[in-house]
Amino acid sequence: MFAYIIRRILYFFPTLLGVNLLVFVLFFLVNTPDDMARQALGEKNSQPEQIQRWKEAHGYQLPKFLNTQASGMSKFTDTIFYQKSIRMFWGDFGQADMTLEPIGPEIRRRILPSLCITIPIFLASLLLNILLAMFVAYRRGTFLDSAAQLCCVLLMSVSSLIYIIAGQFFFAKIMRLVPVSGFLPGLDMPKFLILPILIGIVGGLGGGVRLYRTLFLEVINKDFVRTARAKGLGEGTVLFLHVLKNAMIPILTNVPIQLLMLIMGNMLLENFFSIPGLGGFTIMAIAQQDFAIVRSMVFLGSALYCIGLLLTDICYSVVDPRVRLE
Amino acid sequence: MSTFFYSWPCQNAVTVLLVACVAALACHLARQEYWRLAFREVRLHKAAVVSFFILAFYVLVALMDSIGWRRPMRHPETGEEMRHAETGAIIYDAGASALDYLLSPISGHREKTYSAPLAKEQFTYETAMGDDGKTRRVRPPLAYPHSHLFGTDRIGMDVLCQGLKSIRTGIIIGLLTTLLAIPFALFFGIIAGYFGGWVDDSVQYICAVLSSIPSVLFIAAFMIIFGQGLPQLCLAMGIASWTGLCRLLRGETLRLRETEFVQASIALGSPSWRILARHILPNVLHLVLITIVLRFSNEVLAEAALTYLGIGVGADTMSWGTMINDARTELTRDPVIWWKLSCAFVFMLGLVLPANIFGDAVRDALDPNLRTQ
Repeated sequence: MFAYIIRRILYFFPTLLGVNLLVFVLFFLVNTPDDMARQALGEKNSQPEQIQRWKEAHGYQLPKFLNTQASGMSKFTDTIFYQKSIRMFWGDFGQADMTLEPIGPEIRRRILPSLCITIPIFLASLLLNILLAMFVAYRRGTFLDSAAQLCCVLLMSVSSLIYIIAGQFFFAKIMRLVPVSGFLPGLDMPKFLILPILIGIVGGLGGGVRLYRTLFLEVINKDFVRTARAKGLGEGTVLFLHVLKNAMIPILTNVPIQLLMLIMGNMLLENFFSIPGLGGFTIMAIAQQDFAIVRSMVFLGSALYCIGLLLTDICYSVVDPRVRLE
Repeated sequence: MSTFFYSWPCQNAVTVLLVACVAALACHLARQEYWRLAFREVRLHKAAVVSFFILAFYVLVALMDSIGWRRPMRHPETGEEMRHAETGAIIYDAGASALDYLLSPISGHREKTYSAPLAKEQFTYETAMGDDGKTRRVRPPLAYPHSHLFGTDRIGMDVLCQGLKSIRTGIIIGLLTTLLAIPFALFFGIIAGYFGGWVDDSVQYICAVLSSIPSVLFIAAFMIIFGQGLPQLCLAMGIASWTGLCRLLRGETLRLRETEFVQASIALGSPSWRILARHILPNVLHLVLITIVLRFSNEVLAEAALTYLGIGVGADTMSWGTMINDARTELTRDPVIWWKLSCAFVFMLGLVLPANIFGDAVRDALDPNLRTQ
């Protein structure tokens, strides 16, 4: 098992390096610093000396891979690739293109609000989806099952934008149950967060119930479940003891990866409800055409995904020994 | 170059070519027993048949919106064809699609500003002079009362027409995205699964790198570099999504490689390309079709969200995403203007729901192992 885990960890670094290279290619070779300067300054102010000044202010004037003018190690460190790309590995994201503010502290500040909304959505959805899916799987083949499946497809067919707009409109604007948008830390927080959390849960309900129902039915059709029934266990015992336990393996081993992705926040919800999280940060960066922030978010998102995948694979190898043989 | 690309003859040719390809593929598949059985099973599914006809209607509208021609400009009063003063050549207008010509009676009914669905009067008040010389706030009557099923928008355009014109964008996003991804996924997935070794390792590595970037963020990066627009969005979504299909095809090819008929073919000394083309490719096609139909609805929904985030088709392309985006400010008005959002919602649901039902039926028919029962 340790050999597998170590091999898996060693595989993690090349992947992240690949992402780093891809980000570099996209943001510095496909779209050169000159293009960035021209976009930031506008067509009118794009004289060569203005572009040069903008690049120097943002640290983009350096050579790309190899600085022939420098000596020693700074031959490699005084380059865009090192300064802007490699340094992201230890969380040094540099400064934003537009405001020149450092990005790292801003990201740390915004993680908490993002988690305040994504963690409740995640936990409540997981619980609710599993319970509903169990119930539907228990009544499989009946009218209730087909009605539930139809509901799931209906829920899945509605754009998340519609859920958010309609929810905000009816509950905040017409019924005035909660504030329309905003965020306050402390005791006032639930008031602001309850609606986005509910919308988030409803938005994921259709797909979630359907997925878990499929997972449960897969286990229900296994031989050991038939054996359990054959020896006279009640349907409830079979469902909770034998089916749930085995179906939980794929569900729970996927939790680490999902938990880490929660940090990235929910872009749409954060934007509509003015929650100062990472998703909103990304949208702001897109609107301002801030390449440095988008670059950092892409790398951060992939890094979190890679770590999550690593943890998920390790969880799997601990729970299910067959995985290691691959 | 780009002007030719967007010109009507080129667009018509591409549209006809695409339809011909799809028709040829359908005819080819219909001759094979496996596919005929699958089609028969889908036909037995009532909801799927209904869904199919709704989808066919949407595709028809999209096709009509993709074929167009230019018409000679006519003098507004005499109705004569206008000619170039020196050369005498007929002057053509910018052209419009078949759908535009069909809708011209409705879309020509321009109002001044907002009006509610099927209303008689304008939605907003205007100051008017009464008969007694006093000014008062009135709702002026519409130029075309009771004729706008979904009302009109801020500049008096018919909202129903916008919903219909958005169909093309939705269909293109839903289909082209996956169609762009398929050649790459097929090629890399099959060679990775068949040849193994370093080919497999490198393909797996590329997939691992690409799929580790969350797709929204990848699309965001792609779109702020290349700018908003329909072709860019299709490309970005295609690149972000081909790895999943690639892995699926690799796994299936790995399995097929060990089957007797492929092993027999190898033993008889068939060249690799022949085995790939004759034995592997036809046996993974069902996975490709399943991916197309299952992904379609997700892509349509994603377009709306991405357009809202500012990384979609852009404001100049008509789509349900841009309609919802416009509707957001309309909802903050008092009284509320709800019809644009409703129109986008109805049209989107009308496409995505049948697509989901039809997709499930096709998957169940083609791959009994994936069946949710």
